[in-house]
Amino acid sequence: MSNLFSLNELATNESGEIAYIHKDSIMRHRLWDLGFTKGAKVRILYTNPSGSPRAYLIRESVIALRNEDASSIKIELEQNREGVRNEDGVNS
Amino acid sequence: MGLTVNSTGTALLKEDLSLTYLEEDSSKTAVVALAGNPNTGKSTVFNNLTGLKQHTGNWPGKTVAISKGQYTFNDENYVIVDLPGTYSLFADSPEEEIARDFICFSRPDVTVVVVDATCLERNLHLVLQILEITTKVVVCVNLIDEAKQKNIIIDTKKLAEFLQVEVVSTNARSGEGLKKLQEAISNVALRKEKPDTCIIRYEESLETHITKAIEILENTKIEFLKKRWLALRILDRDQSLTKKLENYFPTDQPNQLEIFSEQLFNQPLVGDFRESIVLSLYKQAEIIANTVTSKNSQANKLRFNFDRIALSKFWGIPLMLLCLGIVFWLTLVGANYPSQLLSQLFSQLEEYLFLGFNYLPVPQLVKELFILGIYRTLAWVVAVMLPPMAIFFPLFTLLEDWGLLPRIAFNLDHLFQKSGAHGKQSLTMCMGFGCNAAGVIAARIIDSPRERLLAILTNNFVPCNGRFPTLITMILLFFSGSGILASFSASIIMLLLIVGAVFVTLIVSKYLSKTVLKGIASSFTLELPPYRKPQIGKILIRSLLDRTLFVLSRAIIVAAPAGALIWFLANFGVNGQSYLEIFATFLSPLGKLMGLDGVILAAFLLGLPANEIVLPIIFMAYTSHGSLIEFESLTATKSILLNNGWTSLTAFCLMVFSLNHFPCGTTLLTIKKETGSWYWTFLSFLIPTIIGIASCIFVSQVARILSFL
Ligand SMILES: Nc1nc2c(ncn2[C@@H]2O[C@H](COP(=O)(O)OP(=O)(O)OP(=O)(O)O)[C@@H](O)[C@H]2O)c(=O)[nH]1
Ligand SMILES: [Mg+2]
Repeated sequence: MSNLFSLNELATNESGEIAYIHKDSIMRHRLWDLGFTKGAKVRILYTNPSGSPRAYLIRESVIALRNEDASSIKIELEQNREGVRNEDGVNS
Repeated sequence: MGLTVNSTGTALLKEDLSLTYLEEDSSKTAVVALAGNPNTGKSTVFNNLTGLKQHTGNWPGKTVAISKGQYTFNDENYVIVDLPGTYSLFADSPEEEIARDFICFSRPDVTVVVVDATCLERNLHLVLQILEITTKVVVCVNLIDEAKQKNIIIDTKKLAEFLQVEVVSTNARSGEGLKKLQEAISNVALRKEKPDTCIIRYEESLETHITKAIEILENTKIEFLKKRWLALRILDRDQSLTKKLENYFPTDQPNQLEIFSEQLFNQPLVGDFRESIVLSLYKQAEIIANTVTSKNSQANKLRFNFDRIALSKFWGIPLMLLCLGIVFWLTLVGANYPSQLLSQLFSQLEEYLFLGFNYLPVPQLVKELFILGIYRTLAWVVAVMLPPMAIFFPLFTLLEDWGLLPRIAFNLDHLFQKSGAHGKQSLTMCMGFGCNAAGVIAARIIDSPRERLLAILTNNFVPCNGRFPTLITMILLFFSGSGILASFSASIIMLLLIVGAVFVTLIVSKYLSKTVLKGIASSFTLELPPYRKPQIGKILIRSLLDRTLFVLSRAIIVAAPAGALIWFLANFGVNGQSYLEIFATFLSPLGKLMGLDGVILAAFLLGLPANEIVLPIIFMAYTSHGSLIEFESLTATKSILLNNGWTSLTAFCLMVFSLNHFPCGTTLLTIKKETGSWYWTFLSFLIPTIIGIASCIFVSQVARILSFL
């Protein structure tokens, strides 16, 4: 579990797999119902000029989330991207 | 189809359909419920089956209340109920609770789950949940035309095998497959509910708990619900449900279930119960979706293209403004000709009316009351107000049907967030364009009560269709200049007014968020549906017709009596002064301070029932014998205004006040109904009025000071 990012940290068109949603998120239930479940693939599609909300492709539909809410979703980046992100030193 | 006659005040004020009413006729006819994810086409199916005009629109959350219709198939009667769209039935939000309760407690004979063929996995998540409640289900795989375009093919036979229910594929827009759907419904209606079935097996640890809970439930009187599902809900601590079921538990051993669930929760379940359920549901949904869907993934890429512009950093907001600007421009250009035609028609008719009245043995006064009071006000409202409304509305509906509204919400969300408001407030504002009462009702899509109140209290800052023609008239008379470019500059001014209205909304929302409605923006999710080619012909005709009927009926209900009243006020009085003059003189000091005059203020007050009549009242009051002049052309009317001391400042202040003043009567009543409180209703009256008065005073005083310099 080395390479976890928050969903909102993905760069445009990057995609990954959901590892978990933070326990404290009040909208866990809503996110699950929309398909943001463990193991589901997400891709980021669009970003509002101000940086939030951002729109994600999840299970064939496009869902917009504010960054505060997306940050509770932890993502494992797709393999080929990991190297790139590590150099940026973004991950914790 | 977008905003129709139903999305306007009068229709909305009628009582919501109550569930009890439904139970009455359910003995004679089969009750069919339409459930499904938001924006999958439930209302379109509903309309197609019933021939009704429930509004549809290309954004999730269009339908916010239950509505009911009827149809006959093979001589059998069916009552069909359009439920709000939901992503699940866990009853975490009001829509979910409405849908869940209807399926559980109203026990429809058939539940049709409308699913989106292009997004099967998530839709199946809901289907599986419904199947746990009832097996009298028809799955309607809708939007197959869109699926085809994306090279997605759904094997409905296989899907039916998996789910053990009837599956029909449809294109609700064209009506393809709806006969089959009706057949399937009639088959299932006759069928008996299958006894406790196990649609999904959960993790072993959960299953042991479920088995234990089912055992306990055997002792209760709840026959009509599946024990397995009930057990799951209780284990999930669904208090909204257990409360409703309290009566059904035997009174002598009331606490057994509670004790059991308490025990369970004291020794924490492994992991999160809900998560475990959802994961199993989705796993099953994935398996089914993968087996029944075959797709060519390449075609998928095309779909997101336009959003690259509409949601891009640079083009997003300009593009929205451009769309709106084009709509304004088309309205301005298009309204001109029919407006003139109508007024010619009305003045011709008036001559005949006069002639006709000459043959009737009625006193002169009655004749004048009818023709100069009632008839002319009516003619005014119809000639001046109708054309812009009847053009703006269908055009806006086209944008709605295309899918622009959720994009607007996306692009503006950060502003609303900063104001402590909900991202979907922009959707309610868009509805407010049509009618503020409709906008207030649309606020139901906002779950958080605080943010919903914000949306309700500020909806009135968006100029509704009743005020829209007033603004246009003012712009055309005083600001747009003349010549070819007039319609362009008028559209731009209109656009600026709307931008201003949005800013006022944001500022007021922010202020309310800091005071009476303290709090910060809560979380929200917004689905962006694919763009859809609007059904242009159908919308234009339908929407135009609806609007026209709406304006005409309002004209008759409101404008006619108002015309009579104002004619009376303008023609009778004491000491040689008419009541209207007395009233106007009384309001005059405030009016003057606001850059207006007493007559204008009086008109706004008398226009409380409907904003459409504000301008007619003003003109009626200005003309010497207190009756309305015939509407001939804009330029002719301008001279009347100028003769009464108007300047462009007056017109500007009138626009400001038109944008910011108390909501119309219908809207106020709707606010009372939606909030259930006179306090909020009163605030919604007070806030815009104060802002309007203050800004008018500010503007006019600044202008006066500047003119001295
Ligand atoms: N192309 C296509 N469009 C469809 C079909 N069915 C519905 N639509 C369109 O999809 C959009 C949504 O339809 P609605 O009927 O409003 O959806 P709904 O399920 O009632 O949505 P909510 O009330 O928000 O839950 C509208 O623009 C419809 O015209 C279909 O079979 N094919
Ligand atoms: Mg609907």
